[in-house]
Amino acid sequence: MKKYISTENKDTRSGFGAGLLEAGKNNKNVVAMCADLIGSLKMEEFVAEFPERFFQAGIAEANMTGVAAGLTIGGKIPFIGTFAAFATGRVYDQIRQSVAYSKKNVKIAASHAGLTLGEDGATHQILEDIGLMKMLPNMVVINPCDYNQTKAATIAAAKYVGPVYLRFGRPKVANFTPENQEFEIGKALMINEGADVTIIATGHLVWEAIKAGEILANKGIDAEIINIHTIKPLDTNAILNSVKKTKAVVTAEEHMLNGGLGDSIAQLLSRNYPTPVEMIGVNDTFGESGTPEQLLEKYGLNAENIVKAVEKVIARKQ
Amino acid sequence: MAEITELKEIASQVRRDIVRMVHEKNSGHPGGSLGCADFLTALYFKVLKKDPSNFTIDGENEDLFFLSNGHLSAVWYSVLARSGYFPTSELKTFRALNSRLQGHPTTAENLPGIRIASGSLGQGLSVAAGASLAKKLNNDTNIVYSLHGDGELEEGQIWEAALFASARKIDNLIATIDYNKVQIDGTTDDIMNLGNLRAKFEAFGWIVLEMQGNNMDDIIKILSQAKQQTGNQKPIVILMHTEMGFGVDFMMGSHKWHGVAPNDEQLKNALSQLQETLGDY
Repeated sequence: MKKYISTENKDTRSGFGAGLLEAGKNNKNVVAMCADLIGSLKMEEFVAEFPERFFQAGIAEANMTGVAAGLTIGGKIPFIGTFAAFATGRVYDQIRQSVAYSKKNVKIAASHAGLTLGEDGATHQILEDIGLMKMLPNMVVINPCDYNQTKAATIAAAKYVGPVYLRFGRPKVANFTPENQEFEIGKALMINEGADVTIIATGHLVWEAIKAGEILANKGIDAEIINIHTIKPLDTNAILNSVKKTKAVVTAEEHMLNGGLGDSIAQLLSRNYPTPVEMIGVNDTFGESGTPEQLLEKYGLNAENIVKAVEKVIARKQ
Repeated sequence: MAEITELKEIASQVRRDIVRMVHEKNSGHPGGSLGCADFLTALYFKVLKKDPSNFTIDGENEDLFFLSNGHLSAVWYSVLARSGYFPTSELKTFRALNSRLQGHPTTAENLPGIRIASGSLGQGLSVAAGASLAKKLNNDTNIVYSLHGDGELEEGQIWEAALFASARKIDNLIATIDYNKVQIDGTTDDIMNLGNLRAKFEAFGWIVLEMQGNNMDDIIKILSQAKQQTGNQKPIVILMHTEMGFGVDFMMGSHKWHGVAPNDEQLKNALSQLQETLGDY
C-alpha cells in the first residue's frame, strides 16, 4: 500500500478560499457572491483583495443564484458561496432554469456538505446534493478530497466554461494530495494500484479509503483505490479498466446512497460490466448532531466500515 | 427611429402574429402577449440600442431586455422576428417539435435575441440585476430592461431581488410590471391582493413610474422619462397599466384568455379587428 502522509489537517473550505483568491488574481472576470457566510466559506481574502468584484447577497439564495446567472451575461465568472443545503435544495429551480438549462458560467461553491459539518445537525447536513446536481444536464459535479485538491479544483472551475457544482466541507481533515497540483475535471486519480478489489471514493472518504487500504494490506488484501473528484462527467474508462482487473467494487461517499457516486458507478457497471458492488454511504435517513468522527462511525462511513464492505464484496466474487 | 403612427402599425401586425401563432398550434398564451404588444413594439422599434444581425449573449455596448414572464413568448418572438433577429417565416414553427421557438424562451436552441431561459416565474429580476452589475463592472453605460407579470410579484424571489437592486444601488435597470390585474385563476385582487404596489416598491427604495401600456404616446413618453432617471443610485420600476387581450374585443379584460387559443371562427373575428400592416408571416 502506497504511503500517504498528512503534515497538517486542513479544511477543504479553506482550500476553496485560497483557490478563489488565486482564480481572482488570474482573471479579472472572476467575481464572487455570498449569502451572509463569508467567514464560513473562507472568502475573506477575496473580499479584501477585490471588494469591487464581490457582491454580498444577504440571506437570499434564490436571488443570489439569479444574479449570478445575470452576471455571466457580460462575461463575468461568478462563484456563489453558501452552505451546500442552501446552495442546492433551496434553489433547485433557480439552478435548473437560470443556470443549467441556460448554460450559464456560474460556479456554485457549496460548503458544509455531508454529515461532517457536525453539531448543526440534519437541517444543514445535506446528503442529497450530489444527486440533485448530477441529474441536471450541463452541470459538472466536483467533490474534491482535501485542502490542496479543493484549491486546485476551484482554480480549474474558474477556467472551465459552463455550470459547475463544487462541493466541499467544514472539518479539518488530512491534507495529503500534492500542493499546487494540476486539476483535470473528469479525470479519476489512482491512489493505490491493487489486484483484489477496487475502492472508489470521493470527498472526505478518500482519506478513509486510504486508511482502510492500510488495514486491508495487513490482512493480505491488495486494494486498488481510486479518487473520483469529478462525479459528473464520470471517468468511465478508468473505472472499467480497474474493475476488469479486480472484479469487485466498494464505493464510498459522504452522501445518500440514492443518487450519489455509488449509484453512478452501479449504473455504469450494470450496463457495461456487471460486477459485485458494495456501497458506503447514508442509507435513506437524515443525519443528526454530533462530532464528525462520531457521525462517520454511527452512519457507517469510516475506514472500518470500508474494510467490512471490502471483505463482503470479495466473498461475493465468482 | 419609428414614429408613433408607424409603431402603432407594427403593433397591429405583432398582434396578428400572436393570434395566428397561438391558433396554429392551439397552444400558447394570447392574453398577456396582446396586452404587452405595444410595450414590446416600442422597446424594440424605438427604445433599445441593439444590433440584431450581430447578436451576442453578452450584448456589450447594447441595451438588454429580459422577459421574466416567459409565457409571453409569442409577442416576444414576433417582435424579435419583425425587428430582424431571425426570419419572420420562422414564426410558423412556434411551439413545434425541433423548433427554436420553444413554448417558453430558451437559450438552448440558440435563438438570436434570447439571453436566458424563462418560464418558471420570479427569476428574471435577479437575472436583470446581475446583468446590470456586469455592465457596471464593464463600464458599459447601456441600460437593462425587464418585463414581469403582476401575478409574478407573488413569487418571493422578486422581493429578494427588489431588496438587492436597491441595496446595491443598481441604477441602470428599468423593470416594467405588466399591471393588468389578472392572472390564471382570476383577478389579482381575488387570488392574492397585491395591495399598493407603488408604495411597496417605493418602500424598497425604487423610483416608481406609471404608464398606460396600451397607449403608444404614453409608452414613449414614460420610457423616455425612465431612461432620464437612470444613474440616480436607484433602480427604476414602471407600473404599466394594460388590459389583457388588448386589441381583440372578445379577449379583453378576462383571465379566460390567459392560456387558451382561439378556434377558427374566433381567429377570423380577431384578425378582422387587426390591420395587416407588414404582411403576415
